[in-house]
Amino acid sequence: MAIQRRRFLQAAGVGAILGLSGCTGDAEPPQAADGESGSQSGSSDGSSSSDQELTLATTTSTYDTGLLDELNPVFEEKFDATVKTIPQGTGAAIETARNGDADVILVHARGAEDEFLKEGYGVNRRDVMFNDFVVVGPADDPAGIEGMESAADAFATIAESEATFVSRGDDSGTNKKELLIWDASGVDPAGKWYREIGKGMGDTLVQADQSGAYTLSDRGTFLATKSKIDLEILVQGPLKGGPTILKNPYGVIPVNPAKYPDVNYSLAMAYAGFLTSPEGQDIIDSYTVDGSQLFFPNALSESPQFGQYVPEDYDDDGGNASASVSDAQFEQWVAENVPEDF
Amino acid sequence: MFGLGDLNLTYLVSITLVSLYVSTAAVLVSATLGLPMALAVSFRDFRGKAVVTSIISTGMGFPSVVVGLLVLLALSRSGPLGEFELLFTPEAMILSQTVLALPVLVSVALSAIQSVPQDLRDAAFASGGTSTDVALLVVREARYGIVTALLAAYGRAISEVGSVLIVGGNIVFSDGTSFTRTLTTAITVEARKGNIETGIALGGILLALVLAVNALGARFRDRTPSGGRR
Repeated sequence: MAIQRRRFLQAAGVGAILGLSGCTGDAEPPQAADGESGSQSGSSDGSSSSDQELTLATTTSTYDTGLLDELNPVFEEKFDATVKTIPQGTGAAIETARNGDADVILVHARGAEDEFLKEGYGVNRRDVMFNDFVVVGPADDPAGIEGMESAADAFATIAESEATFVSRGDDSGTNKKELLIWDASGVDPAGKWYREIGKGMGDTLVQADQSGAYTLSDRGTFLATKSKIDLEILVQGPLKGGPTILKNPYGVIPVNPAKYPDVNYSLAMAYAGFLTSPEGQDIIDSYTVDGSQLFFPNALSESPQFGQYVPEDYDDDGGNASASVSDAQFEQWVAENVPEDF
Repeated sequence: MFGLGDLNLTYLVSITLVSLYVSTAAVLVSATLGLPMALAVSFRDFRGKAVVTSIISTGMGFPSVVVGLLVLLALSRSGPLGEFELLFTPEAMILSQTVLALPVLVSVALSAIQSVPQDLRDAAFASGGTSTDVALLVVREARYGIVTALLAAYGRAISEVGSVLIVGGNIVFSDGTSFTRTLTTAITVEARKGNIETGIALGGILLALVLAVNALGARFRDRTPSGGRR
């Protein structure tokens, strides 16, 4: 009943907004407020939810593997909050946050994360967990890459034999990693054998399977999809002795409230805190699909892990790098924050 | 239900409700705006009428993803309407589906209204009817085509996936109830996971829904009010 009342409120509010749009400008704010109060009252009517809402933009691999279905309910219970999860590719998730439309992101492309941090859109990045990528392909392995110790060599071999390779082509974390490997292999993938398909990981695996092609997959999604396809792991990732270039670390980054004052920063920090807490890490550690662990927590460490907070190439020896002790930096703080008449 | 794997009933019911709610609201808004528009265009003669008609029909070919991107830009916190915080809500989805459904509705309704014989309008005027009377008469005569317009708009809205995925965000709460996930965007999730059978089963539900709506529309259309044809 409560839900239907909310629906009706929403319908009425939206009908009014759309009906009047283009008539008068000043008629709009009350309607927007209307819609807002509609959803507010709706969520407080809901069973376990409350006033606090967190918008999480994340990669499809955390969502489709079911990991977030384990983590989010516990967080919601603990913090009396509702998490709105938007599963996108890493590129799209970062873009959503860059526009201020998410409160926090959970993604896996360190290069793009660093960019996001450098532009000032994200603050307080934390490492959360990792797994690895694997190069998969048909069991008969037409290019003959099975067991190769270098992912770059395997890619070069695939290119040389012009065996079909399916690329996500969607700016996702996996796609970014794939391009990184092509870069390392010194091959510019082009030709009819190289197919960018712009799909998610699961359907990319299905398509690769159907067309007898190679592709790069995160281990989690591959394990979760394995029963539906005939592809096999031909080059292992670092979890099983493969090359380190196939590492797949995930990071959580709250959106900078100085850029977007309306983001729910404290709840975003609470979320980052929860994921990196012993409790959150334990949930990640014990999450399995068909008996295989998909993600390995790496947030807990007794020794400091400063690298996770700053971009990878951040140079600590540089002039004003150690910002908190730099005189120039302190003078700037005073100039910006202390009123003239103090 | 076979094919639906481990999807639970709450989830199925709630994504179906979101689909129905968003599409129905979009069609209602489109009808409220579109039918008067179609009447106005058809009753008035003005310069460039042919151009206006062509522009409206062109709208039927709007790629839904582009509409989604435009609505995203408009509603984003960094966009012009950002302060209303409508992005990733059902309202945003209604807005984008309205943009998609409106041209379909107006175009089909327009051709239905225009096919009402001029003699009939003239006769109605001659027997002392006001322009409102004439409009009502014409709408009643064009009833068949107007219901078809509504159904076509509904079909466009409920089967659409590109724009609602972008502006809705495909959100499901952790208790399994949908906030902005529709049957169509749920299908994309299943496709992405490689669960092809489940995706097709969801498509079956969607088709059954469209069939039900069409049956309802057909009943309404074929009901003969006094003075109607057939």
